[in-house]
Amino acid sequence: MSLETILFYFFASICAVTSVLVVVRREPVFSALFLVLNFASLAGIYVTLYAQFIAVVQVIVYAGAIMVLFLFVIMLLRPEKEKSIFSGNPTLQKLSIGVGVLVFFQLIYIIIAGTISSGKSVAAEQRIRTGEVEFIGRELITNYLLPFESIAFLLLAATIGALVISKKKFE
Amino acid sequence: MTEFGKILAFMILAIVFVIVGIFTAYLIRPHRPTDEKLLTYECGENAQGSPWVRFNFRFYIVALIFLIFDVEIVLLVPWVLIYQEYGILGFLTGFIFIFLLVAGMIYEWRKGDLEWDRPESEKFMANTFKLPKLTLPAKKIKEEVTN
Amino acid sequence: MNLTSTDYLNILPLLLVGAGILISLTVEMYSKKSVGFLSWFSFLLHLLVAYYSLYTVNNVSSVFGGMMGTGGTVNIFYFIFNFGAAIVALLSMDYIKKAEIYFGEYYILLQSAVLGMMLMASATDLVMVFIGLELMSICFYVLAGFQRKNVRSNEASLKYFLLGSFTTGFIVYGMALIYGASGSLNIQSIFSMLSAESTPILFYVGTLLFIIGFCFKIAAFPFHMWVPDVYQGAPTSVTAMMSTIGKAAAFSALLLIMLPLIGSKNPQTFTPLFTVLSAASMIFGSIVALAQTDIKRMLAYSSIAHAGYMLIGLAAANDTGASGIVFYLAAYAFMNLGAFGIVSLIEGNGDTEGTIESYAGLSDRNPLLAGLLALFMFTLSGLPPFAGFFGKYYVFIASLEAGNVWIAVLGALSSAISAYFYLRIIVVMYFRKSDVASDNIITESHTSLLGIVISAILVIMMGLTPGSIVRLINSF
Repeated sequence: MSLETILFYFFASICAVTSVLVVVRREPVFSALFLVLNFASLAGIYVTLYAQFIAVVQVIVYAGAIMVLFLFVIMLLRPEKEKSIFSGNPTLQKLSIGVGVLVFFQLIYIIIAGTISSGKSVAAEQRIRTGEVEFIGRELITNYLLPFESIAFLLLAATIGALVISKKKFE
Repeated sequence: MTEFGKILAFMILAIVFVIVGIFTAYLIRPHRPTDEKLLTYECGENAQGSPWVRFNFRFYIVALIFLIFDVEIVLLVPWVLIYQEYGILGFLTGFIFIFLLVAGMIYEWRKGDLEWDRPESEKFMANTFKLPKLTLPAKKIKEEVTN
Repeated sequence: MNLTSTDYLNILPLLLVGAGILISLTVEMYSKKSVGFLSWFSFLLHLLVAYYSLYTVNNVSSVFGGMMGTGGTVNIFYFIFNFGAAIVALLSMDYIKKAEIYFGEYYILLQSAVLGMMLMASATDLVMVFIGLELMSICFYVLAGFQRKNVRSNEASLKYFLLGSFTTGFIVYGMALIYGASGSLNIQSIFSMLSAESTPILFYVGTLLFIIGFCFKIAAFPFHMWVPDVYQGAPTSVTAMMSTIGKAAAFSALLLIMLPLIGSKNPQTFTPLFTVLSAASMIFGSIVALAQTDIKRMLAYSSIAHAGYMLIGLAAANDTGASGIVFYLAAYAFMNLGAFGIVSLIEGNGDTEGTIESYAGLSDRNPLLAGLLALFMFTLSGLPPFAGFFGKYYVFIASLEAGNVWIAVLGALSSAISAYFYLRIIVVMYFRKSDVASDNIITESHTSLLGIVISAILVIMMGLTPGSIVRLINSF
């Protein structure tokens, strides 16, 4: 077993355990903190796949900015006064477990029976090069120029929209 | 050893270092807990009420704006590294991107979203009880000397 | 990436709308009385873009390295979006004063939503579909909740946002699976890859998720739960936009996946799925609409039924079906814009609900509006000789061509049911005396009236010359 495989299993097990913990913890802040760990271990998996830049983005954007937002939402809502969604609704709990199991077996089926497109295996050097920031930059301003500029409009609209919705006094 | 290997070795070393430190401290320190010691703030005021206070909504807006600009930075980093290879066109692509985001930022600024409006009570306090003007120590000494 | 001057001319609609957003933003920042200017500015901007895209409809090309296409169907969609948005701008001018949302951001978000739709309709790459969809959806989430002091509006925004982002998750998951199956995000290379080798099951699962996600956006039956509440709670001008050009944009993305299938070995791969979805939507929408007392809710359920009729064209999976859908979308856009425009004039400000009873005696109080509403109700129910009839006619013909007879029969049956609730409004308007309680004041608005009359003229014109329009769509 190579080092890469060991690392993959290490990060993947952290990822799986923490994602279960996110769901079962009663205290929402704990759930949020386990989600941070989950995102961090996902970043580890990205590194084992030679996607360094994506791993860094995962840590900066998801484990950083988005988790801050999550924590603020939890603090805004005073969740200790909220009843658990499932406590008065066992049917919903059964239903959600059912859906989860269904999705799980669907994924298992796809992994075992589906043919992931073969003939795409490339050498390690090539894969490392693809994950480099410079490579992503070249793609962004050549092939992905239109998405790049469109995202600027998307972020602009998101800025305006967020302020319209959340501002205290609006005029 | 690849670059990743070095980073991995560094991270493992960091984790081991912390764990060993805490574990040795646990082994050699005396262990005599009292009720007083187990309080959250051993030497301070006793904690009153729930720590769950509703945060000012402003924090959330700032976090939201931060998230948007965070995503922007993530997209700009790859551009910064290579735009020189593509000459003026390469520069323009990123320039348009930054221009749009700056437009959003100026919008926030003009609409007063980056200002931190203090709660009313604080303003009231500040206006009613005028604090004495602070004079810098050096100036004070100088005044004393001249007097 | 070098764009030639022809390419710049071809993507000019996008550039114009993008520049329009920036100009609007600048005006909004530096002017206190920006709203009046912005409303006319967005009207003229969208009108100009609509005219230009129809003018350059023959410039079929592919730009940005196969990221987007121009000309042909894309430009026809551009026309539908921009002309619809221009009418929405007209309808909004006085409405947003009444609804107390007289802010310039309304128009900035409107323009951004149209830009998102245009990106989605012109995309030939799944990345662009996603970005366009998000741009459109984010603007709609905010616009639905624009009346911030109105609880219903907040509810509409939150419901739309939660369910919308959930289904966006479906769409992205589907795209990921398609990428896993074919190794590409470009539509052209996905389908050329798949025709070369045997299609992996992963591709079908991915496409299924993609279709389910967009069925939410077009409000087809099992994914319709958000529609009545959102359409009722959102400001009426926003509802008019979401239900017409928003739906057209979602259909443009579905067509993107379906059009390459038409030329392939087995085009009817997804026919069973679309048939079931369309049958369920038609029957459900028509029957539940019978029981509605609020006109916005009734139009919401009728919107579900219309999504069902359009899906017949997708189920047929032939060229007649594709052009039928585009024609239907245009017809539906203009007739629904007109109907919602009249609703926005008649509905009171505040919490008064737009019950159907409040339309009693409208023919005496305002004969012009009553006549126009009757026209829109006739065309929505699919009575000849208006646009609605020919929309249904083309999709039914497509379905017969594909040998799918029973769905066409079901569609005709559902049209017959729906005629009841559309005609009920006409009966209420013309044959019921208005009681004092429902005698609310009709807003005087020349701009809204202009928008409604323009939609009425378009509906009549499309009903008079359907053949030439379908021939234009078919020629690409």
